[in-house]
Amino acid sequence: MRKVVAAAIGCASIAAAAVVSAEPPAGAASCSGCHPSSSRVSSPVAHLAGRDRAEIVKAMQDFRSGARAGTVMDRIAKGFTDAEIQAIAAWYAEQK
Amino acid sequence: MTSTRRAFLGLGVAAAASALGPRPVRAQSASARVVVVGGGFAGASCARALHQLEPRLTVTMVEPNPTFTACPFSNSVIGGLRELSAQQFTYERVAADGITIARTTATAVDPQAKSVTLADGAKLSYDRLVLAPGIDIRWGALPGYDEAAAAVMPHAWRAGEQTLLLRRQLEAMDDGGLVVISAPANPFRCPPGPYERASLIANFLKTKKPKSKLLVLDAKDAFSKQRLFQAAWAELYPGLLEWVSLSKGGNVTSVDPGTRTLVTDFGKHQAKVANVIPPQKAGRIAEVAGVADRSGWCPIDPVTFESKLQAGIHVIGDAAIAGAMPKSAFAANSQAKVCAAAVATLLAGRTPSVPKLINTCYSLVAPDYGISVAGVYQPTNGQLADVPGSGGVSPQGAPRETRKAEAVLAEAWFRTITTEAFG
Repeated sequence: MRKVVAAAIGCASIAAAAVVSAEPPAGAASCSGCHPSSSRVSSPVAHLAGRDRAEIVKAMQDFRSGARAGTVMDRIAKGFTDAEIQAIAAWYAEQK
Repeated sequence: MTSTRRAFLGLGVAAAASALGPRPVRAQSASARVVVVGGGFAGASCARALHQLEPRLTVTMVEPNPTFTACPFSNSVIGGLRELSAQQFTYERVAADGITIARTTATAVDPQAKSVTLADGAKLSYDRLVLAPGIDIRWGALPGYDEAAAAVMPHAWRAGEQTLLLRRQLEAMDDGGLVVISAPANPFRCPPGPYERASLIANFLKTKKPKSKLLVLDAKDAFSKQRLFQAAWAELYPGLLEWVSLSKGGNVTSVDPGTRTLVTDFGKHQAKVANVIPPQKAGRIAEVAGVADRSGWCPIDPVTFESKLQAGIHVIGDAAIAGAMPKSAFAANSQAKVCAAAVATLLAGRTPSVPKLINTCYSLVAPDYGISVAGVYQPTNGQLADVPGSGGVSPQGAPRETRKAEAVLAEAWFRTITTEAFG
């Protein structure tokens, strides 16, 4: 019985680890509605995967402050805190 | 016995064998079964996101149609600016991802046994179920408007043959005819949709049949992006397009398909072409599964999109009551990805984190004139609410370059979101 439980815990933690690494931070999943996740899409909107983290952070902060003009990003950036922006940027920087 | 049923019996044997081992873990493991009902923006996006987040999940998508026909940009088809084929997508790439597609209708759900019954009687067992059924028309809610009436006065609110019917009627109409659109009370699919449609029909009439008139009879006094639409209408379609609000007698109380007449509290309008956008409700399976409330829509938990009425069943897209989020393709796709992450997390035995969601909706007022609304949402007091200070519509009085740029972005958005969901 103890063996079974140990195996079960092992399974569950492997599954949990796999999900934790893949799960996007708050807000990040929505971006790919406009920012193409596929390289096959032709769009004037920037691809985010693998982009420099600091660059994404600065873009979001500038859209939010009005330093950079946006079409919809000025309105969207106002919905995110600095910590959320950092988490989203870090997550996209690590995507391939 | 169908091959599907044989396959499930096979699975049953495997499940029975595994019962000798650590069976309670199975439902909590990464190889859990998720069934997604519906292959629209919500369902297809969710199935793909589930597979991407946790490839060991067994994901089955139930969808009877071999081809999906997208509603966004279908107003351009009605206005003669685009072909319906540009709206259509197969599920080949979704299947190629490793998602099993059951090309049939889900007819029943047993939330206790955790199974979905398919049209042929076969049953699909699930550990978690995602319902993404879109909308159904509330036939009969508007007196005179039934399925036969829709063949004469199309709704064109589910894209496909209805879209083409409305376009053909407009093309066949003599110059000088009266076109009437009837817009419903809230809530309904695509809040700015009736007004984009009015714009693009006005654009068609202005170009091809300039002596005609377009009347929009509305069951509301206010609508999405109203000031932007009305400013553009005054500029582009003066004297051609007239919007009649609820308080000015816009509420259509009955229709007569025999004479194409729309009756309001204030009078009657006999149209040459009538587009009735009728009252709606969540797609049928929501009611069957017991996840729709008396409003006809589905109350959900704003963190996981799990039904407030049935445990283990999640509802996303137009069918859900998503608080401040509109019933749009962008919102459906956004919800699908948040729901997929929550389902994967719950199946791993953990607690989903609190999400934020975004919506962006573009509307075309003319082929080269786009406007938008955007929003950011978070769970607040059990509902999805606007994040204070965020969101809003395109600037009033912006230069035409801005409107042109938004029309270009609208098309880019369509390519991007349809590729994520189907491509």
